[in-house]
Amino acid sequence: MDFSSFLLMRHELILLAITLLLIIAEIFIPHHKKSNIVHLAIFLFGIHTVLGFLGLAESSLFGGMFRTNEMIHFFKNVLNVGVLIVLLQSADWLQEKIVEQQRGTEFFVLLFSSLLGMYFMISAGDFLMFYLGLELSTLPVAALAAFEVSKRISSEAGVKLILSAALASGVSLFGISMLYATTGSIYFNEILEVISVSNLSILGLILFFSGLAFKISLVPFHFWTADVYEGSPISIASYLSVISKGAAVFILMILLFTVFKPLMFVWENMVYVIAIATMFIGNLFALRQQNMKRFLAFSSIAQAGFILLGIITGDQLGFATVVYFVLVYVFSNLAAFGVVQAISLQTGKENMKDYEGLYRTNPKLSLVMMLALFSLAGIPPVAGFFGKFFLFTAAASKGYYLLVFLAVVNVTISLYYYLLVIRAMFLRKSENSIPFFASKLYMRIGLILTVLGILILGLYSPLYEYIFELSSNFM
Amino acid sequence: MIPGISIYEILTLTTVLFFIGVYGFITRKNLISILISVELIMNASVINFVIINKYLYPDMLQGVIFSIFIIAVAAAEAALAISIIINLYRQISSVEVKDTEIMKY
Repeated sequence: MDFSSFLLMRHELILLAITLLLIIAEIFIPHHKKSNIVHLAIFLFGIHTVLGFLGLAESSLFGGMFRTNEMIHFFKNVLNVGVLIVLLQSADWLQEKIVEQQRGTEFFVLLFSSLLGMYFMISAGDFLMFYLGLELSTLPVAALAAFEVSKRISSEAGVKLILSAALASGVSLFGISMLYATTGSIYFNEILEVISVSNLSILGLILFFSGLAFKISLVPFHFWTADVYEGSPISIASYLSVISKGAAVFILMILLFTVFKPLMFVWENMVYVIAIATMFIGNLFALRQQNMKRFLAFSSIAQAGFILLGIITGDQLGFATVVYFVLVYVFSNLAAFGVVQAISLQTGKENMKDYEGLYRTNPKLSLVMMLALFSLAGIPPVAGFFGKFFLFTAAASKGYYLLVFLAVVNVTISLYYYLLVIRAMFLRKSENSIPFFASKLYMRIGLILTVLGILILGLYSPLYEYIFELSSNFM
Repeated sequence: MIPGISIYEILTLTTVLFFIGVYGFITRKNLISILISVELIMNASVINFVIINKYLYPDMLQGVIFSIFIIAVAAAEAALAISIIINLYRQISSVEVKDTEIMKY
C-alpha cells in the first residue's frame, strides 16, 4: 500500500508528532528540570515552522474531505509564524507561573491541538471535516482561557467562551443541516454544483454565517470578546484575537466565495450591514476602555469590520487583500499584545494610566508599542496602511463608495484612541511610572520578529503580488 | 421512516426544539441550564440530519454519519463546560449568571 499521499498532511502529521513527543517528554523529564519543556516545545515548533515553508503539492485526500493547495499551504505558514511568536512571548510567563505548578506540558498540548484543529478546518473539503476542525480548534482554547485555575476572572472567561462557542457551533450545525436538506450532500464540490436560491438555503446560509461570525466576533455576536480577552491569560487573548480569528476569516471567505457564490446577492447585503455595525460599535466601545486588554479586544472587533470590506467584493482582488490584511494584522496585533504581556509580567499593571511616562523609563518597549498601534491605525510608513488601503481599493472597485466612506470615518475614530495610548506613553509625565526593566531573551526575539514583520511587509511589495497569484486557486 | 408521519411534522418539531434552546440560552439564570439549552440546540440538529437523510436522500448515509460525530463532540463539549463551571463553583460557590459579572462593558 502506498502511504506517500499522506504526506499532503505534512503540517498536521508533524504537529501531531510534536504533541505526542511532548507528552512523552513530560514523563521522562525529572521533576526539577521541568522548565526545559518550554525550551523543547519552542525548539520543536520552530523546526516545524521552518519545515512548513517547503513546497507542497496540490491535491485532496479521503475522497475530498481534506484538500490542500498553495493558498491553504501559505495560510498554514502564516498561522505557524503567528503561533511561534505567541509561544516566544509567553515563554517567560510559562516559566515563572505555570511550570512550577507542573502544568507546562498541558499548555502546549492544548495549544497545539487547537492549532491542529485550525489546520483541518481551513483545509476541509466537506462540512463534516469543517465542523470537527472548528470544534477541535475551539474547545482547547476554552480550557486554556480558564487555565489560571486560582483566578476567578480566568474561570469566568472560560465559562463565557465555552458557552458562547457551544451556542455558535449549535446554530452553525442547524444551518448546515438545512443546506444538507436542500442539496443532499455535505461535500463542498457537490453542493456548489446543485445549490439553488430557495428560502431554506438562504436560512441555512444565515444560520451558518452567524455561527462563524461568533468566532470572528462580528457585531452582534461580539459580546463574549472583551470579557474573554480580559479574563484569560494574555497569551491566550493574543492567540484568540489573531490566530483563531485569522483562520475563521480564511475559511469563511473560502466558503462564501466558492460554495455560497450563487447566493452572493444575499450575503452581500448581510456583510454590508454587519461591516458597518462592527466597525462603529467596535470603535465607539474602544474609546471608553481603560484596561489595555479590553481596549485591544474592541480594537480587534473593529479590525474584523474592516476585513469584511474585502470579503464583500467576492472576487480575486478581495481574497488577496483580505489574506494580506490578516498577515499584517497578525504581526501588528501580536506586537501590541507582546508589549502588554511584557509589562504585565514584570509589574502586573494592565491599565492605560499605568503606561504614562513609559517612554522615559522603557524607550524600546514604547517604540514597539507605537509601531504596532500605528500599524493597527494605518499610518503610512508601516504595513497596516497598505493593508487598509488595499481593502478600501477592493471595496471601491465594486462601487461600494458609501461603505468605504464610513470605513474612512472609522479609521479616523480609531486613530483617536490609538493616539490616546501613544500620548500616555510619550507626552504624559507620571510620578509612579513603570520603572525600567529588561525583558528576557524569548520575549525580545518575539518582539523583534513582530517589528521586522511590520516593517518588511510595509516595504516589500512583491509579497502582495505573490498572495494575489496564489489566490487564483479559489476563483 | 415512521409510517403516517411526514417530514414536515418532524422538521416542525426540531425547529421548535431549536428555538426553545435559543430562548433558554438567553433567558436562563443558571449556567447549567444554559448548558442544557445548548444541548437542545445540538440535538435538534442531530434529529434534523437523521430525518433529512432518511426521508429525502435514503441511498447515502452522510447525514447519519454526521449525526454520530455531532453526538460525540457534544459529549466532549458538555464535559469540558461542566469542568470549567465546577472550577468556577469552587471559587465563588455559585453557578448563577449574576455572580459572574465582575467584567462588564
